[in-house]
Amino acid sequence: MAGNAQHGLEKNAVNIGKSVVIKGELNGSEDLTIEGQVEGKIELRQNVLTIGPNGRIKAQVFAKAVIILGEVVGNVSATEKVDIRDNGSVDGDIASPRVAIAEGAHFRGSIDMQKAGAKTEKSDKGDAKPATPAAAPAGQPAGSPAPANATR
Amino acid sequence: MLSKILNWGSKGPDDPNRPGGDRSSKGNEPAVPSKAFPKFVSALSSQGESATVIDFGPVIGTNVAYFGERLGCKLFIEDLLTELERHRKAGTMADLGSAVESRLRQEEGSVDGVLLWDYFDFLDKASAQRVASHIVKMMKPGGAIMGFFCTSAVEHAPLTKYEIVDDTSLRLRAHPGAGGKKLALHNREIIKMFDPLVVAESFLLKNNSREILLRKR
Repeated sequence: MAGNAQHGLEKNAVNIGKSVVIKGELNGSEDLTIEGQVEGKIELRQNVLTIGPNGRIKAQVFAKAVIILGEVVGNVSATEKVDIRDNGSVDGDIASPRVAIAEGAHFRGSIDMQKAGAKTEKSDKGDAKPATPAAAPAGQPAGSPAPANATR
Repeated sequence: MLSKILNWGSKGPDDPNRPGGDRSSKGNEPAVPSKAFPKFVSALSSQGESATVIDFGPVIGTNVAYFGERLGCKLFIEDLLTELERHRKAGTMADLGSAVESRLRQEEGSVDGVLLWDYFDFLDKASAQRVASHIVKMMKPGGAIMGFFCTSAVEHAPLTKYEIVDDTSLRLRAHPGAGGKKLALHNREIIKMFDPLVVAESFLLKNNSREILLRKR
């Protein structure tokens, strides 16, 4: 399962449907996709959590990887990666060695890529990976001259 | 094809200058060099490991990668343009300063860098003073603030997103917000506002705005 769990859409993934509302603590050892509402705490330390476009989360989230297409209010901690897709929204702090934020996503809060492992290692032995070297910011090489009609 | 060559139809739906048009940027704007930005980055590097940086602008993936992955900073994305738009629509611009102050929740003496971009241009003087005093308190000694300040008032200016292209250049992208009035601050007003910080660098740009780097001693 671990190899093809990237999008939380594989056959064995558990799905929480649109009409489901959960208040409390959600723990598990399977990949999970949430399209409904969850309030409280979500822990999937060895697995991928996907918040679908209809998902509304008001919770602290701990997972191996978190993919967000819906709305999250609360802190998100991942040992591998947090991926906020187009129209995804997060209001809270992110701790993860890798964070990807798509154009059109909303985010407000702090991002900490250094302490991510430390925060989740307490109850998660051996799954944290070191931060990968950065992809250089997209764009032109240094020293590109400003055109005469540039805005500055 | 011909219309493109002759630049006809420049007020099409994708034209950011079209009144009421969609100003959301496609990210095709040219990169422009910045003299203050490399000095801002250098100031962060001299602050030691895991510098804390506040970005007043909206979230941009490449900026997160630059500060988070490449420089190893802890980054706070405040997206204060959203707050600006909210107050503009509600007609409560006079309250913006106190709203921004209460949103910036970092502890005193905990911040190494602040990217103001051109946010202060959109504040009235009382709000600007209030926010500046709050930022000064949050700064660590040696910390740096980078901002753009216009030299003349503009009745209506669009909002801009500042995307980091590399160590020495930025891409100024259109923000979908409506924008608003820009007020010009004199150099002496900026210096007084951020006292006891000092102006470490100041560059006059082609568009007559000033790129300023302030440092806390």
